[in-house]
Amino acid sequence: MAHSVKKYRGLMDWITTVDHKKIGILYFAAGGLFFVIGGIEALLIRLQLMFPLGADGESWLLSGQTYNEIMTMHGTTMIFLAAMPLIFGLMNAVVPLQIGARDVAFPFLNSLGFWTFFFGGVLLNISWFTGTVPDIGWTAYAPLSGTEFSGTGSDYYAIGLQIAGIGTLVGGINFLVTIINMRAPGMTFMRMPLFTWTSFITSGIILFAFPALAVGLIYISFDRLFDANFFVTATGGNSVLWEHIFWIFGHPEVYILILPAFGAISEVLPTFARKRLFGYSSMVFATALIGFLSFMVWAHHMFTTGMGDIANALFGVATMLIAIPTGIKVFNWLFTIWGGKIRFTTAMLYATSFIPTFVMGGVTGVMLAIPPADFQFHDSYFVVAHFHYVIVGGIVLSLLAAVFYWWPKMFGRMLNETLGKWSFWLFFSGFHLTFFIQHFLGLWGMPRRVFTYLPNQGWDTANFVSTIGAFFMAAGVIVILINVIISIKGPKAPADPWDGRTLEWSIPSPSPEYNFKQLPLVRGLDAFWLEKMDGKKEMTPAEPLGPIHMPSPSILPFFMSLGLFIAGFGFMYRGYEFDSALINSLFGNDIIAILGLAITFVCMFLRSVYDDHGYHIEVEELQKEG
Amino acid sequence: MGQGSNPIDPKASVAEEQYGLILLSLGIMILVVIVVFVLYFYAIVRYRRKPGDDSIPKQVEGSHKLEIIWTVIPLILLLILAIPSVAITFSQDEDYTEDPEVIQVKAIGHQFWWEFEYSDLEIYTAQDLVLPVNQRVQFELTATDVKHSFWIPGMGGKMDTNPGNINLLYLDTPAEPEVLLGKCAEFCGASHALMDFKVRVVSEEEYDAWVANMQAPTAAVDADVQSGEELFKQNCMSCHAIESGFPGLGPNLKGFADRELVGSYLEMTDENIFKWIKNPQEVKGGSTMPAIPLEDDQFHDIVKYLKTLTLE
Amino acid sequence: MSHAEAHLDKLPPEPEKATLEGRNKVLGFWLFLGGETVLFGTLFATFLALRGSVLDGPTGTELFDLKLVAAATFILLTSSLTSVFAVQAMHHKNVKNLMIWLGVTVLLGFGFLVLEIYEFYHYVHEGHGFTTSAFSSSFYALVGFHGAHVALGVLWIGLLIIQLKVKGLNTTTAPKVYVASLYWHFIDVVWVFIFTIVYLMGKVG
Repeated sequence: MAHSVKKYRGLMDWITTVDHKKIGILYFAAGGLFFVIGGIEALLIRLQLMFPLGADGESWLLSGQTYNEIMTMHGTTMIFLAAMPLIFGLMNAVVPLQIGARDVAFPFLNSLGFWTFFFGGVLLNISWFTGTVPDIGWTAYAPLSGTEFSGTGSDYYAIGLQIAGIGTLVGGINFLVTIINMRAPGMTFMRMPLFTWTSFITSGIILFAFPALAVGLIYISFDRLFDANFFVTATGGNSVLWEHIFWIFGHPEVYILILPAFGAISEVLPTFARKRLFGYSSMVFATALIGFLSFMVWAHHMFTTGMGDIANALFGVATMLIAIPTGIKVFNWLFTIWGGKIRFTTAMLYATSFIPTFVMGGVTGVMLAIPPADFQFHDSYFVVAHFHYVIVGGIVLSLLAAVFYWWPKMFGRMLNETLGKWSFWLFFSGFHLTFFIQHFLGLWGMPRRVFTYLPNQGWDTANFVSTIGAFFMAAGVIVILINVIISIKGPKAPADPWDGRTLEWSIPSPSPEYNFKQLPLVRGLDAFWLEKMDGKKEMTPAEPLGPIHMPSPSILPFFMSLGLFIAGFGFMYRGYEFDSALINSLFGNDIIAILGLAITFVCMFLRSVYDDHGYHIEVEELQKEG
Repeated sequence: MGQGSNPIDPKASVAEEQYGLILLSLGIMILVVIVVFVLYFYAIVRYRRKPGDDSIPKQVEGSHKLEIIWTVIPLILLLILAIPSVAITFSQDEDYTEDPEVIQVKAIGHQFWWEFEYSDLEIYTAQDLVLPVNQRVQFELTATDVKHSFWIPGMGGKMDTNPGNINLLYLDTPAEPEVLLGKCAEFCGASHALMDFKVRVVSEEEYDAWVANMQAPTAAVDADVQSGEELFKQNCMSCHAIESGFPGLGPNLKGFADRELVGSYLEMTDENIFKWIKNPQEVKGGSTMPAIPLEDDQFHDIVKYLKTLTLE
Repeated sequence: MSHAEAHLDKLPPEPEKATLEGRNKVLGFWLFLGGETVLFGTLFATFLALRGSVLDGPTGTELFDLKLVAAATFILLTSSLTSVFAVQAMHHKNVKNLMIWLGVTVLLGFGFLVLEIYEFYHYVHEGHGFTTSAFSSSFYALVGFHGAHVALGVLWIGLLIIQLKVKGLNTTTAPKVYVASLYWHFIDVVWVFIFTIVYLMGKVG
């Protein structure tokens, strides 16, 4: 009875898993793959801009069209298909362990979230093979994204992101419920580790930001596929409307990404400084305040859109205010390491280097918040420098810190420290070499999103230097990949390799599928540290040893997402002229689209009708495992 | 750096005010960065763990005094920054459309060129914006196809040109005659990078002469360029006007030969004009100018004709 | 059946919140409705921004027939009430009444859909198609999205009735009934806003 559930192996195990730890690894693998693709695109961008336009008017590497495609896919991939899944991977790997839970609230939806993201990302990248790549920038401003000015690439953008966005929304709800309902006994909100707190706030932002994007993308698709008039100015539509919808989503999106990054920093610094986080409650407060303000400032991306002085002034001042909670965080981090006993592991190198780098990105953000000054900065390389300082210098550095920190817990193997330090110095120096000079390019008047520039504007050397830096960053990433590959045979990780403070370090590495044999009793912030200070080796259990209920694996999320993927193609090519009459009628009569949706709905039906009773891991089995 | 045309080399009042704000904010921000860096480097050097030191440092919860300090001081700094920012935000949003002292120019973005309409003078022109020194200019900005952004870095910040509505922006011209570079600053398609324009700031007298020349009808051409003129009329005239009083689907070509550049980025030479009209897509990808099926010598005739389109 | 009845007695007073799974589902669904609020908020904002752009098409004042819409409103509001009765029946563990009230809710929802389809059909004949103007696109997007939600709700609650018939009321089916009724109330509230903002404000001008 207890073990009647099917257990899969190999590939089927990964496709059907509902275990948050495995889903976290899936997010890491897919996000890492897209990160490499986006990185190759970045290298092509920098190579193209290494030299100015030739005297004969010839571009040395890429045409304007190709450059625009690469630039669009670089931005879209890095934000939606690399940063988001890596954040979600981390949340999956860490949050349930940190709150002392056996799983997330909705394991099935967790799997669905991953597969929709994955199929959305695959759909977007299939455009490379059909030769219709999105070429409208990651912001997809109307009317450029309309049928009159761009091709099927814009459909790939709208439908790919739509499908991926469903996964994000589902994931956000899942983590909100998990953190509210699934905390271990004694784990009050104000005892939650800061990474969990930031994941919580981020999930809340996702919940309120992503539906706006979904509607905006639907409008683009309706305009393009069904001749609607939302953003088509000729038929009364309003192109500025898209900008508002996009940024009402888009600004919160950058906080969705940066808050978990803040959280990871707030875990790594205390561990390696051996000192509790300075000003925990004000850190929580600052996180919540940033989450709230993130919805109040979207129009600072639109100062030059012509909103008028009142709106510009209000949004400018609101934006400056974000500096206050962010500053609180920075100083609290500084005072966390102040007076500590710092050990510079690779994770700590990444985490400490985050502080000054992120501050440099933050202060240019305040400069950009001044509307008249922004009239000069906007859409120049100054903006490019700013957001790469916060996204790469902020999010990526902290993600790498998090990867080196939690890798032993996720995979049960240690990453090599020597290679890790090599990767840090290559990536870190490459980063500043690439992007610091771009502030000046902006101040010297270089617009962003240009595929080339005329010589003798004083930009040639700076662009050359910037490109050199990009190759250092690439070298750093390659060293990280080598490190990951050799870690497969690397030394086995102990349960608590870093002298950790939070619950995840109180269980074996990698953690067993049920996480906690007995749910732990939490007595305060830094729960595991408290026990260790009392001379104990492990957490005090809050329950007797008993059978553990586990959810069954399921293939349905995979097929639900596959159905959406098929339907996406059905919609995209409904008006397309194929050579074959049969294929034409399949797409033209929406048969493919309906088939895809039918697969999804049938899976939903099956999920609703057949109850998942799960299975139990019995006490004897738990004891056998140690 | 640059061609006298960038945000940190302002040539006139609007850009100067913006540069002032840039400097003020940069100063405050450098101060912040220095404070953080000093604390940071002191901490990471001073508090390294010595080998063999396994002691546990004091676990400090936090400090209310410090929290207040690093909340209040940034607030004061932001206040210092916000006051002039808001003041200039409002003062630079003045509307001079009804002011007779101010030159009224409508700037219209197209893929991938700029059209300028001198509303009070009934002059349409393209690519070279001619303005007198020491003058306030009110721009009405719009676009016909996609969104562009009108930017003359040396004179002031940018403003978007949205299809379907009109944005207002005023700028002042420099005190001395000079040529400034203008740009499209909003991503607008394949040749966005090539959508530059020139701002020729000239003396009052030169400006008046330019207006008079623009308004005067174009003179008849010599016999040896008549074939070129004929070809132009048959193939180009449906989009390009050669009298300044008319807009068109393509740039108005009155005074074309006096312009600084061909196709907004190539030097004004016969060879480049030929290259551009023979194969527009190769010179400027995504351009709406069609390639016309003519022989090379016919193109040369058109080039010859185009070179006669000068104001002198 | 006797087995099922004995089982019913063991159900706690609020069976939807008896298990952690049930509590998760209810909380998750509340949050989901928060996201739906943003979704409809965006649709409303778009409609308000574009409702003046009618081009050559008919305006709202010319089109809307308040009597028909009022009838649809009445039907939908009533269905919200019947879904409350259904949840009450569930709390009294009266499975028969629960199914009856859910059935009435489905019928009313279906009636609403018939009226809406008739209404759209009529508008298209008046020259107010999806592609006519920015106003018409935003109108059909907003009202159509709501209609799609009603249709999905009808199918969903219909499926729940069958599940109740087969599986009976237990701690797995109870949360489903509860969140379906939450969903139904939400659709109802959205309709009240549509009635006010689209139809009443549209009729006034």
